[in-house]
Amino acid sequence: MTAPTEPLDSRVYRWHPNTRKVGIAGMILGLVAFWLALPPLNTRAVALPVAVGFLGVAAGIWAVSRGERRTGWGAVLVSVLGMACGVLATRATVGHLEVVVTWSALIAATFRYATPLTFAAMGGLFSERSGVVNIALEGMMLMGAFFAILGADKTGSWEAGLFTGMAAGAALALVHAFFCINLRADQIVVGTAINFLALGITGYAYIDIYGLAGTPDHIPTVPDVHLKFLEHIPPTSLGNFLEDSIGTMNLMIWLSFLLVIVTYIVIFRTPTGLRIRSVGEHPRAADTVGISVYRTRYLAVTTSGALAALGGAYLSIGFLGSFGENLTAGRGFIALAALIFGNWRPFGAFGAALLFGFASAFAPQLQNVDSWAQYNTLFQALPYLLTLIAVAGIIGRSIPPAAVGRPYVKQ
Amino acid sequence: MSEPDTPIEPAATPEEAGPPSVAARLALYQRAGGIITPLLTAALAFLIGGLVVVATTGKSPFSTYRAIFRGAGLNWFFDVGSHSIRVPFSTHHVWFPWNTAFASTAGFNLQQTLILATPLMLTGLAVAFAFRCGLFNIGGNGQYTVGAMFAMQMGVWFVGLPQALHIFLALGVAALAGAVWAGIAGLLKATVGAHEVITTIMLNYIALLVASWLIGIGGPLQQNNPGQESVPESSTIANSAHLPVFWGSPVLQGLHIGIFIAIGALVVYWLVLNRTTLGFEVRAVGYNPEAARYSGISVAKNYFLAMAISGAFAGIAGGIDLLGWEFKLDTTDVASTQAGFIGIAVALLGRNKPIGIFLAAILFGALLTGTSTRNLDPTIFQPELAGNLSRIIQGLVVLFVGADVLILYLWNSRRKLRRGQPKAVTSP
Repeated sequence: MTAPTEPLDSRVYRWHPNTRKVGIAGMILGLVAFWLALPPLNTRAVALPVAVGFLGVAAGIWAVSRGERRTGWGAVLVSVLGMACGVLATRATVGHLEVVVTWSALIAATFRYATPLTFAAMGGLFSERSGVVNIALEGMMLMGAFFAILGADKTGSWEAGLFTGMAAGAALALVHAFFCINLRADQIVVGTAINFLALGITGYAYIDIYGLAGTPDHIPTVPDVHLKFLEHIPPTSLGNFLEDSIGTMNLMIWLSFLLVIVTYIVIFRTPTGLRIRSVGEHPRAADTVGISVYRTRYLAVTTSGALAALGGAYLSIGFLGSFGENLTAGRGFIALAALIFGNWRPFGAFGAALLFGFASAFAPQLQNVDSWAQYNTLFQALPYLLTLIAVAGIIGRSIPPAAVGRPYVKQ
Repeated sequence: MSEPDTPIEPAATPEEAGPPSVAARLALYQRAGGIITPLLTAALAFLIGGLVVVATTGKSPFSTYRAIFRGAGLNWFFDVGSHSIRVPFSTHHVWFPWNTAFASTAGFNLQQTLILATPLMLTGLAVAFAFRCGLFNIGGNGQYTVGAMFAMQMGVWFVGLPQALHIFLALGVAALAGAVWAGIAGLLKATVGAHEVITTIMLNYIALLVASWLIGIGGPLQQNNPGQESVPESSTIANSAHLPVFWGSPVLQGLHIGIFIAIGALVVYWLVLNRTTLGFEVRAVGYNPEAARYSGISVAKNYFLAMAISGAFAGIAGGIDLLGWEFKLDTTDVASTQAGFIGIAVALLGRNKPIGIFLAAILFGALLTGTSTRNLDPTIFQPELAGNLSRIIQGLVVLFVGADVLILYLWNSRRKLRRGQPKAVTSP
């Protein structure tokens, strides 16, 4: 990637006031989301407050991941509340709209869509923080998706499936690492090649092993976690709401939450994380103090492959219970987008993954209202547009690790 | 980012060159290296593909590849006999060694191969042109889609224009649309330094989703045929916008003149890069942006122009496919476009040279056609497997080509070392 032309510090200091403005704009958007549904305007279309609130949340996450925590979280909170109140207001006036937004179902769906993105984005974070661009997340997810189902099918246990999936993703990541680190090939060319390869390998093996009939039924899948106690939480409505939204979530969804915390701790609170970050920012300096750049990068890229593969495995043996050619269908690239939107930070990327997951969960709901049905596809373009703005934005631009994309030559 | 096609500079500078014969031999080696490495790369990829075939199905890789070869219609060239061909713009027939009759299966298959190779040449050029400026245009798919959408709309609108004018208009607008779409990435690179790989990936998906919305159910550009409200596809273009077919049946997807446009684009590419100031500046920026900046070349301007020109090539690719054989777009077409990505493999294997891109595009076009369910003999090899085999081969080609720059570099530096050392010891 292109080297930053100015010293990092000056830019960091320059963004702060602008980032705060973005956060404040997010709060205003959240209020507008509510206001749209109130008397003067009386918007009845549910999508409008949701879309505006969505932008508000985006602004909040943006601000948070660029250092403006208080305003950013404020914007997220205000926007979510504004969205909720706005939708409730439209529901109050028009009775039959409850089909559109059932909040608990929407939250559950958001987590389902966000989980593969979270796994892959955390994977990408390890790789890119160590200075190796990983546009091969898509391919690594696909490997994980297929080999997890193959492992689960052949051994009859989902644990073994997860393991084979991770191993396959890590193996492909090793190829990526070898070509990028030892052969110093262009990391984006290699990433492209890996994506082709994964598509070919999984497609070939799938047809070869399962044929055109597809994967068999009753493949062991990762179990759901039932939290029965939630419905006994005092106000009955709150208890039911919690029970419906997070009461029965897949184990892997909880694992993805855990992974975000673990990633944060590893990257920012351990010596290993410090090594990974130093190798990604200034490999020469890291090498000088005795850190093995190659070994650190290998470790990071392999971890990246295993984690991205878990994201794919969630799709195949966590959620669907089956496999199809090109199952991931571009989710690796959305995960990359989430990573960039979250400014290469664990919680930023997680927030972006949730936001993008919400976009995927909400878009189909639009089909329930006739006049909004056609905007289903357009709504799904929003994550990409936001990421484009995040990379391009004059305010609070996404800044990658300094040495990302540049092979290191030992001296 | 390192440029994948580093042209091999003459290593023998005057002071280190020995007798002329050595310099000449070196130059020959290097020229050969330029041709041999892509050949070796492709051969290695096919070899591994063959091993995969043996290891997984136990079938002979030779018969499999021969079936793919026949499915792609490449056997047409070897079927020499006494046939006739019509002289262009007349009704005369003259003797011709190859069979151009409608009924020839090999001929039909070859037409399909060339139809698929045509857009690949152009998307390959798109990737190559950006490469020469040190940029990686991974957004060929988006630019292709935008080009196809605009060509479609031009073809639907201006009914009744003379054919040549209509085609020119549609392709011109497609090129412009592709240029604008890629130009966004170029502009962001030039102004705020946003990495073009990330922006073009995002632009790919935005193009895909916006196009699907436009022609999808209830979208503004969906066809309005009565009773087909649930068919997510665009209107069909007017006959006057169809590219003329010069070989094969005009109704059964014969070979259209798009291939000549693509060959023309190859020539334009070479001329622009090697015979214009713009091309010189683009290459200078590609070799070393800092050096170019110090010599007074505007790096930002060239980033933008290189991306825009690159996008124009990809836009034309989309336009040609639409005017040549698709005639309308449906949402699955839009979602399953791969031309932009395969263009990366084409440009890399073709080493950014016009001839190389031409041959690489035909290779990948042949692989796509030869492994399709329609053309591959299922008794020899299962087409669904073969389609994935061709993806594996594409991946391997890109992987090895990505690394061969380094192999060449090592080879050159080792030779330099070897030549340097004896001289240091034995020089009088």
